[in-house]
Amino acid sequence: MASALSLRGVVKRYGPITAVDHLDLEVPDGTCVGLLGPNGAGKSTTMRLLTAQAIADEGEIRVLGHTLPADSKAARAEMGVVPQLDNLDTTLTVEQNLRVFTHLYRIPRAERHDAIERALEMARLGDRRDTRADKLSGGMRRRLLIARSLVHGPRLVLLDEPTVGLDPQVRQELWALIDALRAEGVSILMSTHYIEEAQRLADTVVIMAEGRAVASGRPAQLVREHVGLEAIEVYGPPARLAEAEAEARAAGYSTRRTGTSVSVLGTERSNGEAPDGERRPANLEDLFVLLTGEEAE
Amino acid sequence: MTGVSARTTLGRLERPALRGVLVREVINFSSFWKSSAFSSTVEPTIYLLAFGFGFGSLVSTVAGYDYVEFVGTGTVATAVLFSSVFSAMFGSFVKYQFQRTYDAILAAPVDTEELVTAEALWIAARAGVFGCAPMLVAMVFGLDPSWGMLLVPLIGALTGFGWACFGIFIAARLNSIDHFSYVTSTVVTPMFLTAGTFFPLSGLPEWAQVLGQLNPLHHCVELVRHAAFGFEGWVDLYHVGVLLAFAFVMWRLAIRYMTRKLID
Repeated sequence: MASALSLRGVVKRYGPITAVDHLDLEVPDGTCVGLLGPNGAGKSTTMRLLTAQAIADEGEIRVLGHTLPADSKAARAEMGVVPQLDNLDTTLTVEQNLRVFTHLYRIPRAERHDAIERALEMARLGDRRDTRADKLSGGMRRRLLIARSLVHGPRLVLLDEPTVGLDPQVRQELWALIDALRAEGVSILMSTHYIEEAQRLADTVVIMAEGRAVASGRPAQLVREHVGLEAIEVYGPPARLAEAEAEARAAGYSTRRTGTSVSVLGTERSNGEAPDGERRPANLEDLFVLLTGEEAE
Repeated sequence: MTGVSARTTLGRLERPALRGVLVREVINFSSFWKSSAFSSTVEPTIYLLAFGFGFGSLVSTVAGYDYVEFVGTGTVATAVLFSSVFSAMFGSFVKYQFQRTYDAILAAPVDTEELVTAEALWIAARAGVFGCAPMLVAMVFGLDPSWGMLLVPLIGALTGFGWACFGIFIAARLNSIDHFSYVTSTVVTPMFLTAGTFFPLSGLPEWAQVLGQLNPLHHCVELVRHAAFGFEGWVDLYHVGVLLAFAFVMWRLAIRYMTRKLID
């Protein structure tokens, strides 16, 4: 399958800090890849590299057949970007915001009206077309950002933390919107630190930590490879948790603390040596914490 | 791998990209044109009225012109300066630092060079129009219209382009909006006062007259006066040349430093 984008050995440094460290990443055409990692893992820098708003110190970047940064303008013409931070023109209406971007994306005059209508319909903002952006709710503003990124019918969409800071109901609305995009065959690279978001939307996930890709693959396959099939959740007072943790580690199991419990991972191979507790299937969150050492959201 | 320097090579300006940024400015301007026009034209007009009638009652003619005519043509440059440099300084800073508008634009097929150029062109066009306000007011108080005055918007736009680029350059160089007051106090105000707007430079010490020749605003003042009262051939070409050179240098500096600011 051809790639919508690929990064090979990409390095980006800011003084003494290496934000992206020999990163290899690939988004096959028509798939959704989730870039999962804690804050500071290098996800946003990777997104900026893909729009040439950051220039790599080493490595090769290709987006939609164009080499970056030399041909970045051609690449940007064919992709849409949904930023993490809202950068709408707040004094303009929904329709005016989209109209501006029909010009920036060079849509011919005869096609601008249809392009705006399509984007409004996709984001379900048709009845808000004359509302100023600063009068919209947080969820609507996010939908407008997505509509703005789709106005020119891009082949690839970069979503940088698309649902960060939104309440669960609005988040699910946006997931439906992103899922519809994927169903239309648009290639998607989505950075997120929400496990559930990656699990629901991504065909494959790449887990980043300290600028590097520490694992990549289909979520279920990654969990199976790195964590196993099953985990045991041990609940109890702090002394009991410490005891269970020590016991499990002595028996060769990986563990992780989850606030009020300890998860003992890979317990499907247990012959009675794992501590007693509630058995559950291993999940992406187990993998995330195991590989990044950070608690997931 | 190609670095930032390759992105700032001359000759990469694409008309659709410039048009896209300009359209954004025009649509946005429709929501704040009244306040912008008010602040850009009323202040220079007040200077015109205060100096014209204040000093005008003490001084009847300066350099062979009625004082109201002298100030009326001179304050065109003040209006151009105010409507370009402050819009560019504050507007650019707010757009990249707080609103992140430039991030949104650069995610589309627009480069920093095109972004800066289009922003400066738009501010220059506004400055060319707003700059005429004091001259129109002066006509009410006795300044005779002339055909040459039709060129005043162009002179204002050329000057405004240079000052807009200067403002964008300053916005890219400074890290806090509070620091703009240093530039206003040490650059903008002295330039405005030593441009020959309210008094002729010929009355100043020789060293100050030499320094005045380096002030782009002085060349705008001279060109506007000559447009109103009669062009002076090669002298005016020299003034145009200085304004073109100022605009070009500031344009390249604005692009260079805004690129450094926006592209990591």
